[in-house]
Amino acid sequence: MFRLLPGDPISLMFRDLRLNKDQVDYLMRVFGLDKPLWEQYFIYIINALRGNLGISFYYKQPVSGILIERLVNTLILLIPSTICLILLGVVTGSISAWKKNNFIDKFISGFSLVLYTLPTYWLGGLLIILSIYFLRLPVTGMYNYGVQYSGLIDKIADLLTHMLLPFVTLTLVSYGSFTMITRSALVDISTEDFVKASYAIGYSEKRIFMRVLLKNVSLPILSMSAIAIGTSVAGAVLTETVFAWPGVGRLIYDAVMNRDYPLLQGSFLIISISVVLANTIADLLYGILDPRVRTGGQ
Amino acid sequence: MNILYVIKRNSEMKAGLIITCLFIVLALIAPYIAPYGVYDTDPSSILKPPSFTHLFGTDEMGRDLFSLNLYALKFTLLVGILSAVISSTIGLFMGILSGYFSGILDWLITRVVDFLISIPAIVLMIVMGSVFSSGVLSIILIIAILSWAPIARVIRSIVLSVKELPFVQAAKALGASDLWIIRKHILPSVLPMTLVLTILSIPNAIFSYAALVFMGVGSVEELNLGTILYYAYVSGSLSSGRWWYFIPPGLILVTLAIGIMLVGRALERELNPRLRESKPEPI
Repeated sequence: MFRLLPGDPISLMFRDLRLNKDQVDYLMRVFGLDKPLWEQYFIYIINALRGNLGISFYYKQPVSGILIERLVNTLILLIPSTICLILLGVVTGSISAWKKNNFIDKFISGFSLVLYTLPTYWLGGLLIILSIYFLRLPVTGMYNYGVQYSGLIDKIADLLTHMLLPFVTLTLVSYGSFTMITRSALVDISTEDFVKASYAIGYSEKRIFMRVLLKNVSLPILSMSAIAIGTSVAGAVLTETVFAWPGVGRLIYDAVMNRDYPLLQGSFLIISISVVLANTIADLLYGILDPRVRTGGQ
Repeated sequence: MNILYVIKRNSEMKAGLIITCLFIVLALIAPYIAPYGVYDTDPSSILKPPSFTHLFGTDEMGRDLFSLNLYALKFTLLVGILSAVISSTIGLFMGILSGYFSGILDWLITRVVDFLISIPAIVLMIVMGSVFSSGVLSIILIIAILSWAPIARVIRSIVLSVKELPFVQAAKALGASDLWIIRKHILPSVLPMTLVLTILSIPNAIFSYAALVFMGVGSVEELNLGTILYYAYVSGSLSSGRWWYFIPPGLILVTLAIGIMLVGRALERELNPRLRESKPEPI
């Protein structure tokens, strides 16, 4: 699909008038660009299975190497923010559901709705502008340029100050929807018969909430967490672009700009694989937690 | 059901309709009320903060940002509505196909839907948008093709339950053709939900369009709110704190989206009171 792009990679990669026809032909052969498209695709799949994703046209390095380096940067940002948003979302969603129709609930619901609609990159930009005026936090990249660190702690401190804004952006963007999901799942469950039965038994409000409701809501929350990871990844692409964070998301943006097909293909592949992996893990956990969906004993 | 009565009774609907209609009217009359034209550059006032002559300030070419934001509404709304309509048409079609005719077709469509839902759509949109031509039409199609899956899933589940209802079974027993049953029984039962889903997917389409343009995918020639954000970002307005360039387009986007979403949600509740009591199906 990526080869449908207008523009010839060779002419982009070697913009050099000194190349003669023979040398161009040689390069075409080395990169396999002289073979028919289906054969190129076949070779790509075979190589991808071996962990070789080709060579980036722009960086002129193996794609897999670049991707691994960038993936680490993305995960540094993504994992803490996903954990944070799930925990926060569950807490505020529970509060909102417990105080149903109270003003706290109205406030939380309204706030989440607004957060849910905020475009990621705009929220990021907003934070950048605010920080320019008030906080003076660094807004681009992972580290300051050309700084000699006296030790590891210095380096981590620098990383953390750079990370704060992208982290807040990424957390807030998915946090709204997660709160709403938790709240609606809890409200739905509270109309079930076993909850009514618990009231009839005479359990206290607190006990019903902690023991009956939260226990049962863990399943929907789990499956929503898998979806939250997917949206976080999408959010990461935009967040990284705005903050020039050198992760996979920024890499996609740069690859689009440089028309770097192998890199684009590789980045997309790695994002798809990680999202599918997250979903699979969630499905497996679901099977462990909920005996009803185990189909083994048919 | 009397529409006016519903609007009067439902405050969410009222608020949403007022916001949405306001923006539609503004988009329509933009050429008449905008104080400056799109190409009116003024070298003497570049990147000026808001003032009485320029309500939202000016950009790096000395253009009036208030007028630009007004003009931008047209393509933002147009692309949002068109892609939402196309995507829900695809979703309706696929949902009926996969819900009504079970078997290999259902299996295939369900797999495609699963794939499209689990992959973060915006990433695929960026990739596709940079591969295919960057005109508005192809952007509309890309957004539509990548966002029909959730709609198809909902439609499919409705069709599955309607299909088993006695009157549909009776029609089948009387020898009605599949096409007749779909037209007479299935379609009327899914159309209200399709309308709701169409309205609810307009904000997503608007955001996707703006995000694509912001990421440098798609042409910046058709002025929309994403274009203004893109230029604000590219001209370095973020790191130099020029808030009047970056904040208004985003605020307009968010207000518009909330307005449309309020209408959609209110409509959903009005059209389908059962929905309020429905429980989520175990996945």
